[in-house]
Amino acid sequence: MRVLVTGASGMLGRATATALLERGDEVTVLQRRPAGLPCAEVLGDVADPAVVRRAAHGQDAVLHLAAKVDVTGPWAEYRHANVEGTRAVVAACRAAGVGRLVHVSSPSVAHAGTALAGVGAEPADPRRARGRYSRSKAIAELDALAADSPGLAVLAVRPHLVWGPGDTQLVGRIVERARSGRLPVVGSGAALVDTTYVDNAAAALVAAADACGPVHGEALVVSNGEPRPIAEVLGRLCRAAGVPGPRRRVPFAAAWVAGAAVEAVWEATRRRSVPPLNRFLAEQLATAHWFDQRRTRAALGWRPAVSLEEGFARLASWYAAGGVSPVSRRGGLPPGR
Amino acid sequence: MTAPDSTGEPGLLPDLPGLDPAWSRTVTVADATGAKHTWHVLDNGVPDPVGTLLCVHGNPTWSYLWRRLVAAAPPGWRVVAPDQLGMGFSERLAGPRPLAQRIADLGDLTAALGLTGPVVTVGHDWGGVISLGWALAHRAELRGVVLANTAVAMPEGDWGPLLIRAADAPGVRAAVTVGTPVFVRATTALSRPPLPADVRRAFAAPYRTAARRRSVGDFVADIPFSPGHPSRAAQEAVAEAIRGLDVPALLLWGPRDPVFGERYLADLRERLPQAQLHRYAGASHLLPEDAPQYARAVAQWVADLDRTPAPARPAGDGGRRLWSALEERAADDAVAVAEVGGAAVSWSALARRVRDLAAGLAAAGVRPGDRVALLVEPSADLTATVYAVWRAGAVVVVADKGLGLRGMRRALRGAGVRHVVGSRAGLAAARVMGLPGSRIAAGRAGVGLGAAHTLEDLEARGRSAPVPAEPPVDDDCAVLFTSGATGPAKGVVYTHRQAAAQLELVRATYGLTSGDRFVAAFAPFAILGPALGIGSAVPDVDVTAPGSLTAPALADAAAAVDATVVFASPAALRRVAATAGDLSAAQRTALGRVRLLMSAGAPVPAALLRSLRDVLPDADAHTPYGMTEALPVTDVSLAGIEAAGDGEGVCVGAPLPGVTVRVSPLSPDGAADGPLTDAPGVTGEVCVSAAHVKDRYDALWALERAASRDPGFHRTGDVGHLDAEGRLWVEGRLQHVVTTAGGVVTPVGVEQRVERLEGVAAAAAVGVGPAGAQVVVVVVVPSGRRRRRRTGLADAGLADAVRAAAGVEVAAVLTTARLPVDVRHQSKVDRAEVARRAARFLAGARP
Repeated sequence: MRVLVTGASGMLGRATATALLERGDEVTVLQRRPAGLPCAEVLGDVADPAVVRRAAHGQDAVLHLAAKVDVTGPWAEYRHANVEGTRAVVAACRAAGVGRLVHVSSPSVAHAGTALAGVGAEPADPRRARGRYSRSKAIAELDALAADSPGLAVLAVRPHLVWGPGDTQLVGRIVERARSGRLPVVGSGAALVDTTYVDNAAAALVAAADACGPVHGEALVVSNGEPRPIAEVLGRLCRAAGVPGPRRRVPFAAAWVAGAAVEAVWEATRRRSVPPLNRFLAEQLATAHWFDQRRTRAALGWRPAVSLEEGFARLASWYAAGGVSPVSRRGGLPPGR
Repeated sequence: MTAPDSTGEPGLLPDLPGLDPAWSRTVTVADATGAKHTWHVLDNGVPDPVGTLLCVHGNPTWSYLWRRLVAAAPPGWRVVAPDQLGMGFSERLAGPRPLAQRIADLGDLTAALGLTGPVVTVGHDWGGVISLGWALAHRAELRGVVLANTAVAMPEGDWGPLLIRAADAPGVRAAVTVGTPVFVRATTALSRPPLPADVRRAFAAPYRTAARRRSVGDFVADIPFSPGHPSRAAQEAVAEAIRGLDVPALLLWGPRDPVFGERYLADLRERLPQAQLHRYAGASHLLPEDAPQYARAVAQWVADLDRTPAPARPAGDGGRRLWSALEERAADDAVAVAEVGGAAVSWSALARRVRDLAAGLAAAGVRPGDRVALLVEPSADLTATVYAVWRAGAVVVVADKGLGLRGMRRALRGAGVRHVVGSRAGLAAARVMGLPGSRIAAGRAGVGLGAAHTLEDLEARGRSAPVPAEPPVDDDCAVLFTSGATGPAKGVVYTHRQAAAQLELVRATYGLTSGDRFVAAFAPFAILGPALGIGSAVPDVDVTAPGSLTAPALADAAAAVDATVVFASPAALRRVAATAGDLSAAQRTALGRVRLLMSAGAPVPAALLRSLRDVLPDADAHTPYGMTEALPVTDVSLAGIEAAGDGEGVCVGAPLPGVTVRVSPLSPDGAADGPLTDAPGVTGEVCVSAAHVKDRYDALWALERAASRDPGFHRTGDVGHLDAEGRLWVEGRLQHVVTTAGGVVTPVGVEQRVERLEGVAAAAAVGVGPAGAQVVVVVVVPSGRRRRRRTGLADAGLADAVRAAAGVEVAAVLTTARLPVDVRHQSKVDRAEVARRAARFLAGARP
């Protein structure tokens, strides 16, 4: 199979491209900077129609991961990368006659801030999605699924909180903050959350590329299917990294109000750095969000091969072997993906 | 909107919740005068039906009321639900339509629709009497009648339904029913729980203007409150004639109906004695709305009409009666019943007292089959009364204080008690609960509180009155209530034959002879000594608060009768073990004579039985397993528990002689729908067949139907499995089964493994999340003094240990100070409540 993977410089994009290469697929990757993968590569902006058209030429399937994943920055940047980027990918698929598009989305597109317990993939809702990232991804997912047609099968896959060795986004930032004693538990720490070990998410995307066609026009949430209280997740990640776990507790209401204040300050001062907290993060860290995986597993014929326990063990060996996360210059926690 | 006037064309209905527009049609029918009327009808249009349900609504609803029944129609059955003329989306009328005319109209309509038999009529509210009118005029086609919250007659001395009378008051009717939509809106406001706004709007949809409400007012005016009313004769004719209806009947009732109260139900049951009844606890007047499950019940009942009767289940021989031992020992002066610190009654005195009291009860109007509520504390009085009521052919109704006053009220009113025997406190409670029926004062209460008699009076009166004839062995003898731990307490009916079979099984299982005497600190067994033929003592303790029994109180009761047998709940025994240090040497000697200890009511941990060896050194510890509906089912001794070792659940031993146990395997969604099997290792709902299983649930037809859907077997609601040796292992309650994406998980095995961990005093395994996608959460009560009061996350060490021990994927481990337990036995963990709390906690914050 000839597959284009957009956004292969991120942890999940890289893992997915690698998984495809390992099973012998012909892979092309598209992102701004070289990914260093042993495969064809197109460099450029995913929202640039010409670039994407070139990359999509001759492909059987496209796995679209490229996105702006962040908690700050102007709306225009999110719209450009996430909304216009997705439109460019859809247009390129159509122009190049690509038959399958797996659009990688986020469960936050359907998360209005309240607890989600064992739900399936609810429809994306840009009006109620929290924060610019989620809103832009919600619009993008609706656009992508609207393009589902006899000529182009579209499947939206929403991996939830992907983590693993070498993760600069989630694990790296958590560990960095814990190391400096700035990792709080918001609320009781009891909120039950799903996470996804990176190899499982990559395998799910590969399975989605295969299933896309017979399965199409719907969104599927992907997770390990092993929800844990958020405090336990943070504690286990820290334990794996050999840093002390979260000690401080911040009441949810305080965190939410603080988040709102921080947002206002960042907005007013046009700061580009990641704020220490915002309302979206406060909600993500304090409310349950775990998912019914039955439809996903049946539709993709996929099951997570790496258990949470095994994932933590792999993370611990990676840290023990000296793997140091290239911690982002900006130290905030990433949003829900 | 106006009703379309075309014939047989689909009707034009607005989009209404739950209503398939394809059911809607109109039919134009000429009445006897030749006048044509256009009816709006819901009709599922099944061609060549095996039968038809003809559903008649009342005032001011319309056929929308029956939408769920149309949707739930049994295979091959047609459902026809017309809007009465002037009502719903049927044609409006220029004037009132009297009852006789409405009955004739319905006949004209069914003729025009080509309805042939068999037909089952279904009526609600004033649709009840119209549907019965049709039924009487179509006996050849009639296969059965179903009635819900309706009336065919004003019971004697009744003023008519108060609310309707108010609506009928001069000057009120026109304003309330026609001039404003108050009556229409008020009717749907009666619903419990409240109806969704869109459903209320749907009920009001055909009645938007005063002109469209005209018949609503005329309908109220046609209710024959006064003897001179023009429709009175027609109504009385129907009310009398249905006494001759010999077709099956089903009554569905919402007990919270402020329009048609209990007396209307009693009146219907008296006219239709063959009727089966289901009372939907909590439901009000609009039963089809308040209890949507009624539709499935009707479908099931209809489908059962042509079912061949179930094969007979095992039956006791009925040779011994509940009072046989009393009669055999009528000349014996040994102690039959001892009150600790009070009277001791000999066998001869008790036998005489029971005979006299039975005669006195009969003389005072207690008839065979009458239900008698007993609100008397365990005592010699209570024991004598129970046997006298039985001997008189009446039925004892026992609802204990553990249910709380509200629960007792619901239970006793629902059981239709005709008489109340009460101590002073009991009679006061009966007054507070508003129980119907005559009052008889027990003990030293004296007359008062509405009591016309005392037990003493009746006994004296009975000395010169004839002893009633022995009741037939298959008549009812008792209504007992379940614990009500999960929803309203359920009434369980036993016949004399079944009760006698139970006693016979207990006697045989435990080798009880007339040389034994026992102490029963377990409510239903406290009164069974005389039937078992052994002397008994009731400890000086509230048997409905089992946690209050101390070791000295148990010892004093044992000393009072020289007891050889003790029967107590695990909660009581826990307290006994804890207070062993308070025993005097004499008390220890009394307990040293006990040869047998029985404990039931909840799983009994082996550790508890072992801890009692110090208190009851010579007692062989046994725990029978069973429930209000069937006890005992199995039995296991402490040695048996130890021999069985650890397994998935609690080993309760092998079925007793004459008892058959099967399981109905669970499907992935947690339903026990597999065919009954005794294959070892298969987990499912435990089903029991035996001569002493209850006869039926009381006034709960649909529940009884579901519980006895495997002919001859009772479904217990417990889940478990049989092992290769034929022993039963109980794994929890069916409604506590966790349905994960990976399959079902039963709680008890997980809990046992976790409870074996150091530092764990108790544990509950529950499911959180939607059915089928649940995750397992284990809630632990840590041992030791330092207990955190509020629910919290377990620390990493405990969480890891619990996950390693659980044997199933565990999403979260929580700690709490104590687990909620049922009120009755104070031993069964209320896992539903644990699950609710865990789900709330694990949802995190609420923005």
